[in-house]
Amino acid sequence: MILAINVAERLLQTTAKGVAVGGLYALVALGFVLIFKATQTVNFAQGAIALLGAWFTSMLLIDWEIPGRWIGGAYVTWISAVILGALLTAVLGLAIERAIIRRMVGEPLFSVAVITLGLEAVLRTIGFDAVNINPRSLAFPWGFNGFRVGEAFIGWTYIAIYVAAALSFVAVFFFFRTRLGIAMRAVAYDQEAALAQGISVGKVFAVAWGASAGLAAVAGVLSQGAPLAAGTVGAGITGLAFRALPAVILGGLDSVQGALVGGLLIGGAEVFSGEYLATYTNTLGNGYSLIVPYIVMLIVLLFRPYGLYGTPEIRRV
Amino acid sequence: MASTPTTDPTTPAVHAVVPQRTGLVRGRPRLYTSYQAEMSILPTWTQRIALGVLLLVAVLLPFDLPVINQIPIVRFLGDPEWIRLLTQAVIFGIAALGINLLSGVAGQVSLGHAFFMGTGAYAAVFLGGQSSENLWGLGLPIWIWLPGAGVTAALVGILVSPTAVKVRGLYLGIVTVGLVFIGIHLSKVLPEISGGAEVGRDFPELTLRVWKEENALLDLGSDGKWFWFDISRNAKTYLFCLALLVLFTVVSKNIIRSRTGRAMQAIRDRDVAAEVMGIPEAKYKLIAFAGSSFFAGIAGALFASFVGKLPPETFDLILSVEFIAILLIGGAGTTAGTLIGTFFVVLSPRFVEEIAGWMGGQSEKSGPWGGFWDGIVSRGTDFGLITTADVAPGFALPVSRLDELIYGTLVVVFLLFEPLGLYGIWVKIRNYWKGWPFSY
Repeated sequence: MILAINVAERLLQTTAKGVAVGGLYALVALGFVLIFKATQTVNFAQGAIALLGAWFTSMLLIDWEIPGRWIGGAYVTWISAVILGALLTAVLGLAIERAIIRRMVGEPLFSVAVITLGLEAVLRTIGFDAVNINPRSLAFPWGFNGFRVGEAFIGWTYIAIYVAAALSFVAVFFFFRTRLGIAMRAVAYDQEAALAQGISVGKVFAVAWGASAGLAAVAGVLSQGAPLAAGTVGAGITGLAFRALPAVILGGLDSVQGALVGGLLIGGAEVFSGEYLATYTNTLGNGYSLIVPYIVMLIVLLFRPYGLYGTPEIRRV
Repeated sequence: MASTPTTDPTTPAVHAVVPQRTGLVRGRPRLYTSYQAEMSILPTWTQRIALGVLLLVAVLLPFDLPVINQIPIVRFLGDPEWIRLLTQAVIFGIAALGINLLSGVAGQVSLGHAFFMGTGAYAAVFLGGQSSENLWGLGLPIWIWLPGAGVTAALVGILVSPTAVKVRGLYLGIVTVGLVFIGIHLSKVLPEISGGAEVGRDFPELTLRVWKEENALLDLGSDGKWFWFDISRNAKTYLFCLALLVLFTVVSKNIIRSRTGRAMQAIRDRDVAAEVMGIPEAKYKLIAFAGSSFFAGIAGALFASFVGKLPPETFDLILSVEFIAILLIGGAGTTAGTLIGTFFVVLSPRFVEEIAGWMGGQSEKSGPWGGFWDGIVSRGTDFGLITTADVAPGFALPVSRLDELIYGTLVVVFLLFEPLGLYGIWVKIRNYWKGWPFSY
């Protein structure tokens, strides 16, 4: 930290970072919520899917130069590569849903959740193998740059995260007003009744998994941007989903606005405690800020078992 | 049950009923005539004999027996590496019984098993480890640190259990994920106990002493003679852990078939209904957590002591998931299934390594099959799907990292096709032969 930085600028810089980290968590949490709304289960493989998404993007961008062959301009190429990578990941999500999750309709929810844990082990091993040998660049067009407000440094990555998160949430908000979105709400409410109304539950599942995998890929790529990480595909992406879990629990597993609020709260808690409690590192231990989300989650769950916005499950005998 | 009248005098009578003594009817395997018979661990003589043979084999496994080791497939008997792998399976079996109690019997999804194992391991090292300048340790003997590890883990489990009353299902699973991360962080924050991140410290040895400096009554750390047999230290450790596994299997089986176990199963099947029937939910969830953590703590302490030196990162989410995999591959809720699953999950990576090694050997040969294997296996210089070397070009997976891939795949495959796990397959085979040649 630069010592010359004053209180207000430090606050601004921390807030910018907190909102950025929170935005990432919100993106991943949004994926969790979409899947939970459609299939009533938690997809633990989200982090591994994010890792594969970042890998796909890197392959498209650097190895195959697919967008770069036809269009020029660093930003246009990069953005189209990210979108293509997200689409490719969405296809992976669709494939997983079609091949595995669809067969589990009607099975206990615990089994489905554990299947995603098994998938996580498989996809993570493949992903680690793909990226661990040598660091794969993601070639962020803005590199390590950002801008300064006074002394406060705000990386362009933060801005990219804000834009991506805002676009995704607006898109999801309007999606729930389309025909398919209403179908998804119906499926979330009562799967059998939705089926009886002629809603294609399979289509809803597919959309949820595809969209959630795409969101995970975007979050995976953006989480490796310069002030947050080194700009290469790091194996740490898999941890992103496990750190976004507190966010989605805090917000409530079935609430889109909960994902946003939970993500921002958890990201804020992590970044602010990392910045302002740094003097106590000796007592708290290195990397204590990564534990803060879980502690916040535990405390909130004791008072609100279904999160801030989640619907309490009605239990009948 | 009255005697069954036989219409055909030439067929042997199937009504050799001795209800008072065994409560079993010969030739009618599912028919019990007394409650006691139905609840007994091993209702039939076939099961008793099979278990006896299994135990005998388990005891003899580590020994390099003069006749048996001539059989080609079992040449590995007596091999230290093999015994150590078996010991690990036996120790994991104790922990797996614990998670079976919590997740299989009481139905509480827990991804925090590694956390409880870690708790046990560090309680053991605090009680039994040697102290030095920057390490804490009381240096107490095994009969204090081993139960102490279990009790500490159980106490932590009791602390966690109220969450399970408040938070249900997948939410609980996610909370226990949090426990694992908090646990790893705590063990890094307290290097006086854990020895510091990525370093670890020496765990107490498996030696039975009366008190700290006394001569060892039973030294599992060195080769020696037991009665009139020469026995290696690996075999000693294996036999010690096997004895504990047998003990804990009996304990776990007895918990499951008692009032407590039935209450837990009622909570698993429908918690509201269980409460209506007068089963106090909080109490039995507490017992389930305490019991499960006790098993995990003992297993964690044994495992740490058996490996000798462990970094805190050992007790991470991957280990927890491995136990969930064990539970589901074996068959959740069944003791036998859990143990089968443990051996399957712990031993299968080793077999895959053997197979990969064999494939690597094949790939050196010429001919179409050699070319086929060469395409799959990379030996460090060429391309392939898997590699026996540490580094290979392309995306070849090192064989040493295949184990996670394997049990990940196994979990998916079993849940898709055989949700009851290996135990379910066994039941199917048994029922097929029971009704043979008819389909039912």
